[in-house]
Amino acid sequence: MRKLIDLPDNAAGSQDLPVRERPSKGKTGSSMKHESAEKHVTGKAVYVDDMPEYPNQLHVAVGGSQHAHARIKLMNLSAVRAAPGVEAVITVKDVPGHTDIGPVFPGDPVLVEEICEYVGQPIFAVAAKSFEQAKKAIALAEIEYEVLDKVLTVEQALEKNHFVRPTHQHVRGDSSKALAEATHRIQGQQYVKGQEHFYLEGQVSSVMPTEDGGMMVYTSSQHPTEVQKLVAEVLNVSINKVQVDVRRMGGGFGGKETQAAPLACIAALLANKTGKPVKYRMSRHDDMVMTGKRHDFLNTYDVGVDEQGIIQGAEIMVAGKCGNSPDLSDAIVDRAMFHSDNAYYLNNATVTGHRCKTHTVSATAYRGFGGPQGMMVAELMMDDIARHVGEDPLTIRKRNLYGVKHDHIKTADGQVDERNQTHYGQTVEHNVLPELIEQLEASSDYWQRREEIKAFNANSPFMKKGLALTPVKFGISFTVQFLNQAGALVHIYTDGSIHLNHGGTEMGQGLFLKVAQVVAEEFQVDLDTIQVSSTRTDKVPNTSPTAASSGSDLNGMAARDACLRIKEGLFKFASEHYGVAEDKVRLQSNHLVVTNDAGEEQWVPFADFVQQAYMGRVPLSSTGFYKTPKIHYDRETGKGRPFYYYANGAAVSEVLVDTLTGEYKVLRTDILHDVGRSLNPAIDIGQIEGAFVQGMGWLTTEELVWDNLGKLQSNGPATYKIPAVGDTPMDFRVKLLEDRPNGEETVYRSKAVGEPPFMLGIAVWSALRDAVSSISDYTISPPMNTPATPECVLNSVMAVREQMANTDAADA
Amino acid sequence: MIKFCLNGRWVEEADISPNMTVLRYLRTQQSLTGTKEGCGSGDCGACSILLGEKVDVLKEGGGVDAGKWHYKAINGCITFLSQLHGKSVITVDALADGQQLHPAQQAMVDYHGSQCGFCTPGIIMSLAALHQNVDGEPSQHQILDALSGNLCRCTGYRPIIDAAKNMHSYPATGNVEIWQPEELVSKPVEHAGVEAETRTRFRAMKKGQAWVVDDETQLQELLSEHPDARMVAGATDLALEVTQFHKSINKLVSIGSIPSLKTIDVQGDFITIGSAATYAEIEPTLKTHYPEFAALLDRLGSRQVRNNGTLGGNIGNASPIGDTPPVLIALGAEIELVSKNTHRWLSLDKFFLDYKQTALQSCEYIRAIRIPRLKENQALKVYKISKRIEDDISAVLAAFVFTIDDNKVTDVRSGFGGMAAIPKAACKLEKALLGQTISESAFINAANELSKDFTPLTDVRATADYRINVAKGLIHKCAVELLNPELVSRIEQVHTSELATSDIINQTSLTGEFYHA
Repeated sequence: MRKLIDLPDNAAGSQDLPVRERPSKGKTGSSMKHESAEKHVTGKAVYVDDMPEYPNQLHVAVGGSQHAHARIKLMNLSAVRAAPGVEAVITVKDVPGHTDIGPVFPGDPVLVEEICEYVGQPIFAVAAKSFEQAKKAIALAEIEYEVLDKVLTVEQALEKNHFVRPTHQHVRGDSSKALAEATHRIQGQQYVKGQEHFYLEGQVSSVMPTEDGGMMVYTSSQHPTEVQKLVAEVLNVSINKVQVDVRRMGGGFGGKETQAAPLACIAALLANKTGKPVKYRMSRHDDMVMTGKRHDFLNTYDVGVDEQGIIQGAEIMVAGKCGNSPDLSDAIVDRAMFHSDNAYYLNNATVTGHRCKTHTVSATAYRGFGGPQGMMVAELMMDDIARHVGEDPLTIRKRNLYGVKHDHIKTADGQVDERNQTHYGQTVEHNVLPELIEQLEASSDYWQRREEIKAFNANSPFMKKGLALTPVKFGISFTVQFLNQAGALVHIYTDGSIHLNHGGTEMGQGLFLKVAQVVAEEFQVDLDTIQVSSTRTDKVPNTSPTAASSGSDLNGMAARDACLRIKEGLFKFASEHYGVAEDKVRLQSNHLVVTNDAGEEQWVPFADFVQQAYMGRVPLSSTGFYKTPKIHYDRETGKGRPFYYYANGAAVSEVLVDTLTGEYKVLRTDILHDVGRSLNPAIDIGQIEGAFVQGMGWLTTEELVWDNLGKLQSNGPATYKIPAVGDTPMDFRVKLLEDRPNGEETVYRSKAVGEPPFMLGIAVWSALRDAVSSISDYTISPPMNTPATPECVLNSVMAVREQMANTDAADA
Repeated sequence: MIKFCLNGRWVEEADISPNMTVLRYLRTQQSLTGTKEGCGSGDCGACSILLGEKVDVLKEGGGVDAGKWHYKAINGCITFLSQLHGKSVITVDALADGQQLHPAQQAMVDYHGSQCGFCTPGIIMSLAALHQNVDGEPSQHQILDALSGNLCRCTGYRPIIDAAKNMHSYPATGNVEIWQPEELVSKPVEHAGVEAETRTRFRAMKKGQAWVVDDETQLQELLSEHPDARMVAGATDLALEVTQFHKSINKLVSIGSIPSLKTIDVQGDFITIGSAATYAEIEPTLKTHYPEFAALLDRLGSRQVRNNGTLGGNIGNASPIGDTPPVLIALGAEIELVSKNTHRWLSLDKFFLDYKQTALQSCEYIRAIRIPRLKENQALKVYKISKRIEDDISAVLAAFVFTIDDNKVTDVRSGFGGMAAIPKAACKLEKALLGQTISESAFINAANELSKDFTPLTDVRATADYRINVAKGLIHKCAVELLNPELVSRIEQVHTSELATSDIINQTSLTGEFYHA
């Protein structure tokens, strides 16, 4: 007979009041610390590269293409094979199963067969006794190429209709008629460069062959299920032979959604060949050259506005630089299209999205997933309209917001237009932005500071200040419907401790903590009762990537579902055991509370109750499942409700620009952001601040530079500059919108927070344009592509001065 | 054989490759995986560790007080193991005392300073150095300085800055023994017998050849015997050959501990700085005598790089950019070049011959840099242009020494980095400025000469056009600053000026009761 664990005396059958009155710790809404915080600060948190190595462990290096587009004529790897320490060398010929590991569409060979399509594309892989030996062996390969014509830019691709996927369009009303009839018609374009993820932990996978001919895979991936499937496919084994384990990532940001799988596949192929454990950790250089980044976009707009600057119609083009393969680009360019309105009612609109194929590394998911690039054209348009009609940009933004009605703007049947339907047919509901902006406008003293800045600029010869408020409306849900599902697994053990597992991965965003808080709330127990373990494909199968900000929405609900199932059995048992109706038992403050017919309460410590339930043969474990309701999208018509709800926020940034050098500094940023009812305010604030700074970095100092051979020149942190400590706004005020639970039934009415605040960084770019525009007394809307490096800002200053000189000359 | 103290315990190593970096050693030879590799190039700080040196203090009335170990943060990924000889190393793994966290660790936990946690160990070590070296609440400048070499991609830094500000209020706990380890009872050089060979070989390590030399005589002898040996002081540049370009350095001589190469001497009209003096070590002297030069150091590399990198190294590696050579050229510095049989002084502008080529002869090394002191009527102007303020390589580095009499430029010397294959003066510009009365228009006009002095390259950091345009802007700025010395005219001055909306970083912090609900 099994002996149950002895529970502490003070808990067993305790009638001790203070214990009962103490509410359980760590419920949703409290700012609990990251579940790994103490492990992070002591260096005890284990990342894949920190795992103990086996004595026969092998290390991988991969030989990549030297050319952007070329045919391999001849490949001699004999010197590579003979190099010291080398135990195996593989090419595509050594792949027993599938050779294409494209996540959605084909186009991503695990190793190149014949045609190389970007510089660095993997051709062969080496496993050696040390990483250094593998690296040195790579250099010994002799490969002859026949260099082919290449397409390196969006412009070239557009000209040649060189696309990875077909062009898609959203049409609402008659944009060409609206443009023709508008009081003012304005056109503009911008080039928005991509972004390197620069997760601090580079890509890594470590694999171990199993006795069943399968593979145990430890990886730093946002998408364990896809890694599992692809490893199974390249090895030509069934999916159940492969287990994938992800404890944590040292940052993901979308860069480990599809980009982690090739490492796992290559390591698995080499492990399969050698029968030894194999680790593939990319050097930072290889990571930057060989893995995908955020898409560049070329955006154009043609907008018609009335005399008040209110949009009558718009034609927008967004063209993404997808690189050599589709990867996730179809959905990414879709999302750019869905967000090319940002928060503004376009009225009659035609939005066209192109997926340009270039001979560069395939661009991939990155926080915002095309949304930021789409929003940039909306914000470009707002600033340009404001300069054109001579209003403050904030005034123009507010007039064009969804749901802001104007008495003079009526529908065909004479009603005042609600102005709340997007160009893809979704109605904007539970719209908090007009109110949120009003609050932020007041709390940031926008108008007073606007006057101060004008006065400052009038008296400052070359240091100029700029100010901008930009909003964010970001659609939450995977736009691919089937991905909006999640599973979870909850066990309660006989000492009352709880084990939690779900399909989401932890990359620093605090997902494990948030979901644990949901479970703590459901059982009304202290958070430290709950142990979260690594995400594993053999615990919760067929999971979606932890992406699209959906982690806590989906997995929180799935875990809650598992809890509810367990609770159902527990309450049924309690009712029988204590002889009361089911509605007379409840969980509270780490106890089961039973109310008898006389109204007297009996408090049973949770662990005691769990032991009773175990003895009563009640299941103490359950899976849970969730799928997002209401969403649908018809790609044929370009209409539907792709998003369950929208997340919102707004930022005000003030900058100082040195117009002699183009250098600048963010002086102050105020943010008000909507997370519904926050599951954890500290975690949410952390996401907002981090996302803002990352978004600011994308638009300011982070510059991807490619040469005309298609080689990435900014291939390390010495040449690619993410924000450093001094780039944080000197005065940084971040607040959550209060008392606004999500209008949709999400987990405890919270809202997703991972991606939306990234786009708050646009306020910095808009403020920089504002500062430069000030030298023309706000009459000229300065050209400013991104990233707005000091060089780009100085060019913008010079362009404005030149335009002013031309105007003066024309006037004279 | 080398010996060093690792987390309070002395270890000896002899059978290790000279290319072994400290980071690799910790992770693969000591199973200390708390210290992370983020980039392997000294740019992210995830590998930060504390390096301690014993500082002896001169007693009043003679004698030496065996001083205390003094710690600074360095990048483990670009430090060779041989550089640790005789020093004390602390890693994140040993900082806490059992369950008791160090104040830097506890503050980072309490202020939600970690998200993904991968940069965190490095940040903890930078904060621990700050905690060790600053009493009470550090200033904003000290915080930004301490964290200048630590990249975090998740948090946006605000909570980390808050932790830095508040960690001093935590009770000092943690693993005390590791900070002040006992001196080795028998110093390695005192060993006899089997050690004799290694002693004469200046404490060589096997597996390739690496030497740690104690004095210049040993260095000269070694270089004359091995002219192909590579000298290393801070390794902040040299180590990249190993970690980024996967080259092997077979002969490596560590000169960072030679006392005569670390002297700083202020005498008469000159300041003479030993070539192996680190940026951190020369900073106070520069602050006193060349404040603009000292201010440049805030933007030169990061705190970790400045703690290890040396002035001599910066000159010796002959980067076309700088950052110090253009300033030293403008100041008219000379360098002392020495070998076993030779000794000479050379004006620095004669040292750089072509891209990465110098006048250094075989077996020669740079002993010292001699800089003329500024006269009353001289003004030094130093400008650095880069994409980012912290830890970035210059697009353009410009330095000027103006001699001004009656508001007229009576002499001017310049030095530019990033404008040509070597750091050099702009002679035509100097000629055009000479004799001018200071005014914006005169300087703007003179700046047009720059296009005759330089034909810069377009590269990953900047285009040729920007380099010329921004350099002209800087000359314009010189005029503005010379005319209005009190004006806040540079972006990097802003955080200390009233131009900022507020001097207080982060008025919101997670200490409010709302967050502890």
